[in-house]
Amino acid sequence: MSTETPDRSGNPLRDPLDRRLPRIAGPSGLIIFGVTGDLSRKKLMPAVYDLANRGLLPPGFALVGFARRQWENEDFAQEVHDAVKEHARTPFREEVWQQLAEGCRFVQGDFDDDTAFETLKSTIEELDKARGTGGNFAFYLSVPPKFFPNVVQQLKKHGLSQGTGESWRRAVIEKPFGHDLASAQDLNRIVHDVFPPNEVFRIDHYLGKETVQNILALRFANTMYEPIWNRSYVDHVQITMAEDIGIGGRAGYYDGIGAARDVIQNHLLQLLALTAMEEPGSFHPKALTAEKLKVLGAVQLPDDLGKHTVRGQYAHAWQGGEEVLGYLEEEGIDPKSKTDTYAAIKLEINNRRWAGVPFYLRTGKRLGRRVTEIAVIFKRAPYLPFESGATEELGQNALVIRIQPDEGVTVRFGSKVPGTSTEVRDVTMDFAYGESFTESSPEAYERLILDVLLGDANLFPRHQEVELSWTILDPIEAYWDKHGKPAQYASGTWGPAEADEMLARDGRSWRRP
Amino acid sequence: MKIDLTDTTSARINTGLIDARRAIGTPAVGMVLTLVIVTDEGSAYDALKAAHEASREHPSRILAVIKRPGRSPRERAGARLDAEVVVGDEAGTGETVVLRMHGELANHAESVVLPLLLPDAPVVCWWPDQAPEKAGTDPLGRLAQRRITDASSAEDPVGSLVVRAEGYTPGDTDLAWTRLTPWRSMLAAALDQKHSAITSAAVEGEAYNASTELLALWLADRLGVEVERKVSDGPGITAVRLFTGDGDICLDRSDGRLAELSVPGQPDRHVALKRRETAELIAEELRRLDPDDIYRATVKFGVKHLVSTARSGKGTDGGGPTAAARATPPAAKKAASGGKAATSK
Repeated sequence: MSTETPDRSGNPLRDPLDRRLPRIAGPSGLIIFGVTGDLSRKKLMPAVYDLANRGLLPPGFALVGFARRQWENEDFAQEVHDAVKEHARTPFREEVWQQLAEGCRFVQGDFDDDTAFETLKSTIEELDKARGTGGNFAFYLSVPPKFFPNVVQQLKKHGLSQGTGESWRRAVIEKPFGHDLASAQDLNRIVHDVFPPNEVFRIDHYLGKETVQNILALRFANTMYEPIWNRSYVDHVQITMAEDIGIGGRAGYYDGIGAARDVIQNHLLQLLALTAMEEPGSFHPKALTAEKLKVLGAVQLPDDLGKHTVRGQYAHAWQGGEEVLGYLEEEGIDPKSKTDTYAAIKLEINNRRWAGVPFYLRTGKRLGRRVTEIAVIFKRAPYLPFESGATEELGQNALVIRIQPDEGVTVRFGSKVPGTSTEVRDVTMDFAYGESFTESSPEAYERLILDVLLGDANLFPRHQEVELSWTILDPIEAYWDKHGKPAQYASGTWGPAEADEMLARDGRSWRRP
Repeated sequence: MKIDLTDTTSARINTGLIDARRAIGTPAVGMVLTLVIVTDEGSAYDALKAAHEASREHPSRILAVIKRPGRSPRERAGARLDAEVVVGDEAGTGETVVLRMHGELANHAESVVLPLLLPDAPVVCWWPDQAPEKAGTDPLGRLAQRRITDASSAEDPVGSLVVRAEGYTPGDTDLAWTRLTPWRSMLAAALDQKHSAITSAAVEGEAYNASTELLALWLADRLGVEVERKVSDGPGITAVRLFTGDGDICLDRSDGRLAELSVPGQPDRHVALKRRETAELIAEELRRLDPDDIYRATVKFGVKHLVSTARSGKGTDGGGPTAAARATPPAAKKAASGGKAATSK
């Protein structure tokens, strides 16, 4: 799916037929702001090491940390070392570490500290000389969005946001991309003011997952599914992302944001787009984005938002053998908070393929178990030539794409129960993607960091997609603000009773994932 | 779960596989290919270990064919099949059947293997040591899309490259070639950057090392320049130098672990370039099951070159391709300039 990689046809050692040779990033470096944070320690640094271990990083790759802490280069290297040892997926190898450690630098300072950015600039120049990074740097903003304007302005002010000659500078930002359309547009304006839109990479780590990329393979590499992938055969689609944990220490971030903004706006709408979009002309980022935008643009909200959306808050209960606090009892949460920790919405897509097929999206914290899946539920057979009673236990056929954990695909269909009488019951057929391939399959962040360094924007949502997603969610949030309050649901269950009623109204029910 | 079957048949082994699966409660698994390993008692253990590790990435049914034709005429006259069916943890993610073929049966291994292949899944045949001269027409090799040999395990590694080239059938590949991938990708990455024209090159490595030879051939073929083959103490390949007008592009690995890359106008940098385990090599081989055209071009380029030096008398003794090849490594031969041969487009 790499189409934006630099043209290397002039290289006699490369040949399109030589498929053993991996995509190696060109000379470059990664600068992480907020390098002392959790994400950086648990995901980014290990991912960089894993890439190096797989031989996908260029020789002389540089990793620069920027944070307030009083560290020397060696302290930083030690920190990376520890993070790698603890969290990397590939085995620790001294020689790989040696290669990586030589390119580790640390810059200490605040985001409004001019001298720190001057130091950063000289560090970059030093790396170009000592490591041959060629002026190519990606700035990873692993900091709360309120610091974005500060950081990008500083990068601009100190001439760091633009490379000289052919070298590139890229910005990598993490969600949340705003909290509504207006703020998302502001954010885009701020970032695009400094970096051109095609050099801004928005990380939605879901899109880096093998299983999500596999949706495209499943749909567009096979003949079996596409003919039934439409309103004639599909009854409805359920997209679920459930977490079993509470908000943990993220009260400050989470309160006022809620499940819908945190998850539905980005992950679930992206999954919806990939499930429902038409076949792109190619896997070029432009073609892919065009199809996603088309389908997101066709999304239609229900007329009565009160009946077809539900939000909830987890309540004090026993969950999986542990007594857990309710949301309103969590430390740092206003006991009168109306923030949703559970959200379920019904959407329709107005186009020829999907008219009349509801897409139910739900997400929540402290639900039964951690699971993300897309379930395509098919219509019942129009006529069943069996005796009455024989098909009583037969449900609807379903195709379930399991995103995590236990990645794979399940097909659910009716089968005869062995015996002399005819009785049909649901059985499942499983393809376990994760079970056998996880060992070598790269972590989402690995793939995404490599793509940033290669300049391959395929797995990154574009700003139009982000803005369009907010246009879908904003009316729902506005309605919730004015009407009622979140329903309470016992922690460890599958959400509030209102959510079940919401589907019952349509004559359907939620799958137990 | 392990089931031993003595004096058995393929049908009974198939039943054994199903029984074993049922017993551990996973009747169906997503195995993606059948890996047939043709080996002897001595190498079977290591080969199976590597295959089991590789099966974590490629869940497969592994069939180890161990031929025991027997030493005495009496042993040779009898024919017997003993099998060991292993399913579950100790067999990696797939299932393993070790087939011991006694007596005359050793000459008809394909009759045992055919019924045991997974339906509709690709077949890969691997000879960890002695491979047939023409893998593509070998009765077991014919069952496979992909045939993996290992020139480095042969008595005469370099000579066996000539054999591989002459007997090449699409789908053949050699672990001596697989071992080169990290070197090749690092060199290709180095040439992705701007550099002035390469005038000639040198490859240094152990004597009698098929990989070093292949790397020199690949460079000569792709770059169309003269490549000098130098002998060093190893381990394996120790250095590649590409000479350009501005200076040398050099990838130097003296300890088999960490290499140093130097490019004119750029600082020297370290690159991890560890020699890999067999399991990693097999895992790489199983990733792609279509014919490797670059390997074909390289090995064929080699045979042409080796033959031509032999005939024109530049080789030391000129006794035919194999002899010429055998004589080359210590004599620090020059791989031909080769012109624009075999660009394989």
